[in-house]
Amino acid sequence: MIKQDITQYKNVWVFIEHNDGKIERVSLELLSKGAELAKDLNCEVCAFTVGDKVEQFAKEVGEYGAKKFYIIENPVLKEYRTEPWRDSIVYLIDKYKPEVALIGATTLGRDLAGTVATKLSAGLTADTTALDVDPSNKNLLMTRPTFGGNLMATIFCPDNRPQMSTVRPGVFKAVKNPTTPEVIKDKYEITEDQIVKKIIEKVQTGEEKVNLSFYEVIVSGGKGIGKKENLKLLEDLANALGGTWAVSRKVVQAGWAPQSRQVGQTGQTVHPKIYIAAGISGAVQHVAGMKSSDIIIAINTDPQAPIFEVATYGIVGDCLQILPKMTEMFKQKLVK
Amino acid sequence: MHSLVFIKQVPDAAQVRVDYETGTLIREGVPAIINPFDTHAIEAAVQIKDKFGGSVSVLCMGPPMADEALKKALAMGADNVFLLSDRVFAGSDTLATSYALWAGAQKVIQEVGPVDIFWAGKQAIDGDTAQTGPGIATRFDVPLVTYAVEIKEVDPSAKKIQIVRLLEGGTETVEVPMPCMITTEETLNHIRFAPLPYLIKAAKTPVVLLNSSNTTIDASQCGLKNSPTKVKKAFTPPKRERGEMIEGSLDEIISVVYEKIEPMLKQLGRV
Repeated sequence: MIKQDITQYKNVWVFIEHNDGKIERVSLELLSKGAELAKDLNCEVCAFTVGDKVEQFAKEVGEYGAKKFYIIENPVLKEYRTEPWRDSIVYLIDKYKPEVALIGATTLGRDLAGTVATKLSAGLTADTTALDVDPSNKNLLMTRPTFGGNLMATIFCPDNRPQMSTVRPGVFKAVKNPTTPEVIKDKYEITEDQIVKKIIEKVQTGEEKVNLSFYEVIVSGGKGIGKKENLKLLEDLANALGGTWAVSRKVVQAGWAPQSRQVGQTGQTVHPKIYIAAGISGAVQHVAGMKSSDIIIAINTDPQAPIFEVATYGIVGDCLQILPKMTEMFKQKLVK
Repeated sequence: MHSLVFIKQVPDAAQVRVDYETGTLIREGVPAIINPFDTHAIEAAVQIKDKFGGSVSVLCMGPPMADEALKKALAMGADNVFLLSDRVFAGSDTLATSYALWAGAQKVIQEVGPVDIFWAGKQAIDGDTAQTGPGIATRFDVPLVTYAVEIKEVDPSAKKIQIVRLLEGGTETVEVPMPCMITTEETLNHIRFAPLPYLIKAAKTPVVLLNSSNTTIDASQCGLKNSPTKVKKAFTPPKRERGEMIEGSLDEIISVVYEKIEPMLKQLGRV
């Protein structure tokens, strides 16, 4: 391990993930959290990103409290490609030396963070759900679920900087805290002929990206729904309750629903007011993604199913019978 | 075409339960399996071998008992299997692990030959970090393609490969030169039943043991002491009480459930 002079490193940096000219929500959430950390560390929260035209994001990152905005603009960075993005980001971090670098634990963020950290020989904690500053030595404390969320581990990185972490979307709240950021525009020379990876085609699957954490009511289905056509039962009840529908990993594996609807360790983490788990056995990975829901209603034919261990209310029965009946009865009581 | 697949042996998460009395994981009697995402990496490598010829090597870092995972890999069609096992690796974080696997892979290359495709599962189901594959790719300085859902075209003579990878809300097809690193999603392929010749071969092929003395691994980059990240504490999340079972006829059950959640529905403005 390389010994570093860690006192050279200052400020909390937040990676601004963007796609089609829009900032990902998680980046704004991290700016808000980063501002809290910066206060504890007596430093500034700064945003950073690379891309083709990224200076346009200055206003929005400023609205969420970024004091500085470090950017590299280059047409070859227009679309995300691991290697050129990594190399330009490593250049920025090497040059400006932030003590903390936070990246959203999205598909892109998880692709990027591991390679950036390896280049920098930096410590990286994945999928953090809590961030604190150790008051005694100012180390960042990064708490993450491990083993499908059944064990939590608090990780720290005492001797290396930056302290890097990917952070789960939807864990922290994006709060407006307007300021005008100073834009620091740097240059990293890279040309298209130096990039070996070529994007041949991009396909948007019909389904929009679903941010399940926005919903207060989620009706979620597992293998017990039997077939793809029965997703409709989830959707109907969700509509009646003014919520949305989701699924377990098994349903995604079966090809019945897209991954964008998956709750759990390899899907999304949700904490709605009401979570209805229909035909979900309750594998640890699933429970990790929904157990902080206020009310959990579990429906399963197997009275021994582990989902009942976390349910507020448990119903032993066939969700295919219970769901439509619930929809029908609830509809009569609820306002449109 | 020579593929090198990095695998991890993990406890079968589907069978791990929580003891809510003690707040610990119940691991007793839980079988160790190949990390499910890694099995799809092995399958993909074997399919490429079946189509274009060549061989599949598999490297696993872990305790001596992880040779079971490698025997399984042989049964799936791997040709050469290597177990990287040494006390000096204990407590390695992802940075130290990717170093050890990279260094161990040098030995595989020395013995079997240069690698065209490095493979790994997109993440392991115990640690869930998804960092080791990207870390190894970085150390080899080869292009990284994560979340692969389809191997579209392989051109062994031009040394190019096209892969469809998952994005949030879509997919993209990328073309990279080989050697490259691909990390796999479960939807990449279906695991086939091991054909008899593979099973016979598996029984005959030895697991090659690698450690710090028969490789060029620098022990000062491995293990707990040389890992930048440390675990400060581990704890079980607050216990969620087992709730109430609602019984009765279908109508009764639904009426009771409704009464229970009515205050919340009122709070949400749904009633």
